[in-house]
Parts: sequence; structure tokens; C-alpha cells
Amino acid sequence: MKRTGSRCGGYIGQAWLVLAMALLFGAVLAGAHIALQPRIDENKLDETYGQVPHLVRVAIGETGRFLSADRSRTETWETPGGKIAYKAFAADGRHLGWVIKAVGDGFADKIELLIGLDKRAEIITGLYVLAQKETPGLGNKIAGRKWKGKVWADQFTGRRTDVPLEETKAVPTKANQIEAITGATISSNSVCGIVNNAVGEFRDKMGTLKKKD
Amino acid sequence: MAKDGPTPLERFINGILPENPVYRQLLGMCPTLAVTGNMKAAMTMSGAVLFVLFCANIITSLIRHLLKPHLRILVFTLTIATFVTIADRFLAAYMYEMSKELGPYIPLIIVNCVIICRCEVCASKQGVIAAGADAIGQSIGFALALASIASVREILGEGSWFAMRVMPEAWPAWAIMILPPGAFITLGLLLGGANWFGMSRSAKTAA
Repeated sequence: MKRTGSRCGGYIGQAWLVLAMALLFGAVLAGAHIALQPRIDENKLDETYGQVPHLVRVAIGETGRFLSADRSRTETWETPGGKIAYKAFAADGRHLGWVIKAVGDGFADKIELLIGLDKRAEIITGLYVLAQKETPGLGNKIAGRKWKGKVWADQFTGRRTDVPLEETKAVPTKANQIEAITGATISSNSVCGIVNNAVGEFRDKMGTLKKKD
Repeated sequence: MAKDGPTPLERFINGILPENPVYRQLLGMCPTLAVTGNMKAAMTMSGAVLFVLFCANIITSLIRHLLKPHLRILVFTLTIATFVTIADRFLAAYMYEMSKELGPYIPLIIVNCVIICRCEVCASKQGVIAAGADAIGQSIGFALALASIASVREILGEGSWFAMRVMPEAWPAWAIMILPPGAFITLGLLLGGANWFGMSRSAKTAA
């Protein structure tokens, strides 16, 4: 008993500094989170609202000029499970489509997506990668114009939502196939999976959506 | 009184050129190659490294008498990770676009060898003033190295510097300079130039 006690004391004697610093730094990080997170969330929200017009652009076609990043033309709706969906309107009040927010596991960290859908959620009208921390030079090609000189995510535009999307390492031959990024199959597959899950869930729960104040 | 290492002024000056982290110690190569496609990204990374290195060096120096030799790396990492997280969140809050451009490279400062090296070599052995001077000197040296590489890449690759046009409109932007091969080519040439300059100065001094 005595030996156990002295061993325990020995461990604490060795590690007390690490424990004290972990507590102190934990408190500092909690303070930083409280101070900075609202602004970070606001930045993400600004980016989301800024992307809404682009993500429903196929739905609005040539009348795209009627839509802007004006928040008053976008309503926020919520599924019973707490998932967020943005309802986009034209200037004349027509419902143009939906933009749903989806999160899932990538190769390195969570991937956050904005998925544009037509008003019946039958066709994907755009995909935007809101946040990712995939491998630089490989998986991070899911965002930006770094894949064969194009935006990799643009492949999703125009795809139907009634058939799950699947990634392929070759040139796509079927309507539901998405060409994977060479060397980043897991990241590509993750995005397809996140889109399939989010769109499937949204279609199932469209009738139960509630407008968020 | 025995001298316990270089003076704060020596630490400061050494970090800029004689012990430049990139051109002399070949440390911090990951951000050096990855974020030098343009000056804005390079300078943001340099600012983040300055903040993290300065804070980590000061904390390490303050607790240097309490450090257990076998736990010191753990303490360094804990300290560095804390300040990197603060820098990452700060950029996401106040420089959102740049935070997105730099992506995972800000969190990767945690494993930047420059910082852990300075904690080990200087901050864990010397006082707060020397540790602070060392952090500032090394950070300036790191910033100069990143700026030199980013300047070459941005000017040749995009015809601009800090996003301002500096080359004639007719300049055929060398896309390769913005791509990873451009980073390796530029670093190799500048490293060779720095070595040649150092060797020729040594030869002159010896003569």
C-alpha cells in the first residue's frame, strides 16, 4: 500500500508541470474559443450566403441576375434532426432551390459541404466545399481549381439525386459516376458519401422542414 | 561569471543570417515550399511563426528550471500546440480568406522544426530576454527566407508582387513557378546562391 502511494506520488512529482500546463493551456484555449468562435461562425455564414446564388444557378438559368447574395432572399430551414437548409428565392419571390449544409468524415478531418438542389431536390445544382483539411496537393483538390485545371466539385452539378453517386478511378461511363482525384480516392469517396447521405436524408425529410427564426 | 550562451543581441543577429533557419539550418522546409506561391501567404505564415515562436520561447524560458529532461519535448509540444491553435483560430476569425488559403499549413506549425529547435537550443537554457531576442531574430530570418522565395515565384509566376502588377502585361506568366516544381527550383537556386555567397566571404576573410 505504501509502495503504491509512493509510486503515485513519484508519478505526480514527475508530471505535475505537464498536468498544470495542460490545465492552464486548456483554460486559455477555452477563452480563445469563446472569444473567437462567434466571429468564425459569422465568417462561415457570410460565405454560405455568398455561395447560395451560385449553388442554385442551374435552377435559375438565365434569370440568375435576379438573385444576389442578399440574405433577405434566403430563408433558413431546419429538419427535425437539426440539419440546416437554405431556401433560395428570386427577386420576384419564386422559390428557386435549396442549399443544404452537410458534414462528414474526410481522410484527415471533417469535410463541410454546401449542396445546391433544385426546388424538388431532384437535381444537384452545385457543390461547394466550405471547409476541409485534406492532404495538401492531393485530397485538398476537392476544393478550388486544382484538378485538371477545373473545379473538381463541378462534376456533381446536374446529377440526379434518385440514384446514389459513386466514385470511379476511370473516366465515368455512367450518369451517377464521379471521377475520383488520383491519389486521393478516400477524400473523393468521402465527398460522394457525404452528398449521398445528406441528399437522401433531405429528400426523406422535406415534408417535415420547419422555418428557423 | 561564466557565460551561459550567446548574448541576446548575438541571438537576435544570428537568427537573421548566420543561423538563418531556412538557408543555414534547413529547418521548416514544409511551409517554405508550400506557402511561398505568393507574398501575402508567405508573410501571413511568417507572422504566425513569429507569434508562436515568441510565445513558446518565453514560456519555455520561464519554466526552464522546472523542466524534467525526459519530459521536456512533451512540454515544448504542449506549449507550441496551444499557441498554434490560438493563431489558427485568430486567422479564421480575422483573416478568413487567408486562413482558407493556408489551409492545414497553420496547424502544421506544431511540427515546424524551427520552433521546437529554438525551444531546445535556446529557450530551455537561457533567460527570457535572450529567448525573446532569439525568437524575433529567427522569425525575421524565416520571414526573409520565405519572402525571397515567394518574391521570385510570384513575380515570375504571376508577374506581380503582393498582388500588385510589377511585370509588363506581355510577360508570359511562368505557371511552373506557382506549382510545386517552382518551389523546389527556386529554393535550390537560392540555397546554392546563399552557400556560394557564404563560402566566398569565408575565403576572403581567410585570405
